[in-house]
Amino acid sequence: MKLLKFLALGTLFGIVMAKSEALSWYRIQEMFRFQAFHMYGIIGTAVTLGVLGVFIIKKYNLRDINGNPIIFYPKEKSIWRYLIGGIIFGLGWALSGACPGPMVVNIGYGFVSMIVVFLFAIIGTFTYGLVMKKLPH
Amino acid sequence: MLAFFQQPWTWWVSGLLISVIMFLLLFFGQSFGFSSNLRTLCAVSGAGKLVSFFDFNWRSQMWNIAFLIGSVIGGFVSHYYLSNGSAVKISESTVSDLAKLGISAPKSIQPDELFSIESLFSLKGFIILALGGFLVGFGSRYAGGCTSGHAISGLSNLQLPSLITVIGFFIGGLLMTFVLLPLIL
Repeated sequence: MKLLKFLALGTLFGIVMAKSEALSWYRIQEMFRFQAFHMYGIIGTAVTLGVLGVFIIKKYNLRDINGNPIIFYPKEKSIWRYLIGGIIFGLGWALSGACPGPMVVNIGYGFVSMIVVFLFAIIGTFTYGLVMKKLPH
Repeated sequence: MLAFFQQPWTWWVSGLLISVIMFLLLFFGQSFGFSSNLRTLCAVSGAGKLVSFFDFNWRSQMWNIAFLIGSVIGGFVSHYYLSNGSAVKISESTVSDLAKLGISAPKSIQPDELFSIESLFSLKGFIILALGGFLVGFGSRYAGGCTSGHAISGLSNLQLPSLITVIGFFIGGLLMTFVLLPLIL
């Protein structure tokens, strides 16, 4: 089944988020207070290896499992949507201590309260869809 | 052996595995971006009838929903099979800063003051959780991605928009941590 490999990767992602403690509100507070290297180490390692890997994929035109070239689409150029959207996200990240991935990992971990956080994240995305045409992008 | 897996993992092991996940998703013909699932879930719920932004072929995104379901399973497995129940070992300075805001030192991975059932059913506790989730959901779609799509995938591809977004994450995060959180808690 095609979806099974994504289910397995998601499971690995959930385990990594839990075992790295990136799903903890405390760790996010520690990060925003610059009081430990932990979260910066995690993201920094992932990005450093990511930059190297993306460079190699582009240089050697590597292909995916179906034989199609792996293509990276450049993100649309702008400032406002990224800056304002990022600030709104950051406000929520520091308050709830969770970005969307860790929210659902927390639900699996047994934190019932995170169901509310996640439902309101869906409502937040829906609200963006409602008002997006009125926002600067 | 199991004791090794039950300890928290060092930062570089976790960072390495996150990049492995990103590359396997690329190898499987997709890309790492978790918050797209929020848009997909709106579409699955029928929001496309009201707003055209949610009117798309969500079936093409089922791979990411499978990834989401896997993440829930991963959290469950971690708690019941891969945890030794230790409290998160955050720095002493964070513990004392949070004590001033009325948040007790870690006993598990989340503070009871925010995530206990009692807190969920208090007005203030509910508003904090709801507002936090709402801002994350609104902001991630406005910016076109969250930590996975921008901070990991986007920065790995040296995208300036992703750098701007991550700077935004920190402006918002610092504003919440140092200005708003002391007023809210």
